Amino acid sequence: MRFLTVSGPPSSGKTSVILRVIEALQTRQRKIGVVKFDCLLTEDDQLYAKKGVLVKKGLSGALCPDHYFVSNIEACVTWGHENDCAYLISESAGLCNRCSPHINEITAVCVIDNLSGINTPRKIGPMLKSADIVVITKGDIVSQAEREVFASRVKQVNPGAVIMHVNGITGQGAFELTSLFEEASDIETLKGKTLRFSMPSALCSYCLGETRIGEEHQTGNIRKMDI
Amino acid sequence: MSYYDLLPRPLSELLAEHPYIEDFLSSFGLEVEPGQESLQDYLVNLNPDLLEDLGIGAEQLQQSLHDFINGMLALDDPLDQVNSLTLIGGFNKSGTAENLELTLKPGEVICIVGPTGSGKSRLLADIEWVAQGDTPTGRKILINGEVPDSKWRFSTEHKLVAQLSQNMNFVMDLSAEEFVRMHAESRLVTEPEKKVEMILKQANELAGETFLPDTPITSLSGGQSRALMIADMACLSKSPIVLIDEIENAGIDRKKALDLLMREEKIVLMATHDPILALMGDKRLVIKNGGIARIIEASAAERKNLIALEELDNKLLALRNRIRSGETLESI
Ligand SMILES: Nc1ncnc2c1ncn2[C@@H]1O[C@H](COP(=O)(O)OP(=O)(O)OP(=O)(O)O)[C@@H](O)[C@H]1O
Ligand SMILES: Nc1nc2c(ncn2[C@@H]2O[C@H](COP(=O)(O)OP(=O)(O)O)[C@@H](O)[C@H]2O)c(=O)[nH]1
Ligand SMILES: [Mg+2]
Ligand SMILES: [Mg+2]
Ligand SMILES: [Zn+2]
Ligand SMILES: [Zn+2]
Repeated sequence: MRFLTVSGPPSSGKTSVILRVIEALQTRQRKIGVVKFDCLLTEDDQLYAKKGVLVKKGLSGALCPDHYFVSNIEACVTWGHENDCAYLISESAGLCNRCSPHINEITAVCVIDNLSGINTPRKIGPMLKSADIVVITKGDIVSQAEREVFASRVKQVNPGAVIMHVNGITGQGAFELTSLFEEASDIETLKGKTLRFSMPSALCSYCLGETRIGEEHQTGNIRKMDI
Repeated sequence: MSYYDLLPRPLSELLAEHPYIEDFLSSFGLEVEPGQESLQDYLVNLNPDLLEDLGIGAEQLQQSLHDFINGMLALDDPLDQVNSLTLIGGFNKSGTAENLELTLKPGEVICIVGPTGSGKSRLLADIEWVAQGDTPTGRKILINGEVPDSKWRFSTEHKLVAQLSQNMNFVMDLSAEEFVRMHAESRLVTEPEKKVEMILKQANELAGETFLPDTPITSLSGGQSRALMIADMACLSKSPIVLIDEIENAGIDRKKALDLLMREEKIVLMATHDPILALMGDKRLVIKNGGIARIIEASAAERKNLIALEELDNKLLALRNRIRSGETLESI
């Protein structure tokens, strides 16, 4: 089974791109599973189910969705493998810009859109900077030159990645992206694999449910601004 | 020259010669002083806690800098020569074979015509992707008679194809000058300031209404944006193949625009509905139902009619200008 992690800022077009890739893979008669991770709510699972692929949904609730991702992804991979999927794709929204679901030796895809502003590539952490494939969406809304300038900003923070333009609505570029998905490595389990980048430790009193503001309530890993 | 040659050199020299290194480091949130320290020492001495905070590992940072510097240095390499582009037919939307092989040479202008939705943009996309039977049309593209290295597909340094797309919108919060400068810097052109000035000047010659360098790109008119994109492409792109998707829809001087884009020996493919542009091409590919249905060579009679068409067009243009300036058209 080929497994790929797809991540990116909210509404960057992850679901749209994955749906277009699914359509292309289905014309090649591949059985596909998708795992969708989110915080509070998602309807993406229904969109996937409509395409006739296997879907699992995980809502992290009060936890950082990427921490939740790592504790569950191994079981999801086993699930996909047991169901004879030729492909398993995970979708997770990067919400804290510092955590990233990307795993060593597993093809890592980051989806980012042209409308997010020229400084956004710099602000996104390992989710973008350590991805193998960066998909840029919503190119239909801007000119070719603006696409190029945006792509050069992405290239600056991840020069080793393959950068592709895909239109999440019409699917232009999705065939091309699918040919890269076909090169993802075959795995049976995630046992022994490691994250590409450690996730920040959440260790202060507020992580543990503290709500009161004030010096006396702050314990653990606390850092102060210079003011 | 490569990344490894730069490593032992002092930052003071490197940052002056390769200013993009500082830009690279600052995009990761790192500061750098142009001192005697070598790039190697700078990288080794970075505080691991700082890197952890910035969300990057030391090894990955070095790998990225390696890829980035080598990519930038590669911009100076001579471009691979493109002597021909061969299009091998695939299938139309009903699955009927196109049955054709068409070879294009530098200096040729090929027009792509056909009703809306027929597949003109798809044909351009097949060429941009250097398709190898792996797109919905099943077409194949050869360069210099061979299946090209797949580096053509992903290289941002040596793009085979420069494209002028249908869409001309901007969303970035930059002035025209800042935008063009950023584009020029990403291409690492020599003397970017001169190039920027030239692009803005040419764009103003193409557009009906002039605009200033500090005009925000988001407030340019359709014609001004198009003019800026055409001048930008003509001055910055080294790609041997140029794809143009419908340049006629805005108030620019089409003929001047095409002259600008065709100055160098390039293979130009242009999707168009405009009779003048269509007749300016050497060949016309007629697209129907997703496939190339016919190839028309421009005949001598057509060429003669081009002159008549241009006269007609100038007449219309004069009338348009009279309307614009508030005159009446009771006598024409
Ligand atoms: N040979 C083909 N087989 C399958 N699908 C095709 C083929 N050719 C084109 N298509 C599809 O048909 C749709 C319309 O094509 P395209 O956008 O290229 O049209 P167009 O001629 O550029 O239209 P417009 O004039 O409106 O810009 C696209 O989704 C494209 O992928
Ligand atoms: N114009 C345009 N809209 C897009 C594109 N890709 C996605 N969208 C739209 O962007 C919105 C968010 O997309 P979605 O796939 O749900 O993003 P996700 O949150 O990253 O999964 C939806 O309304 C999509 O239709 C694109 O390439 N062009
Ligand atoms: Mg989604
Ligand atoms: Mg089109
Ligand atoms: Zn987190
Ligand atoms: Zn905390």
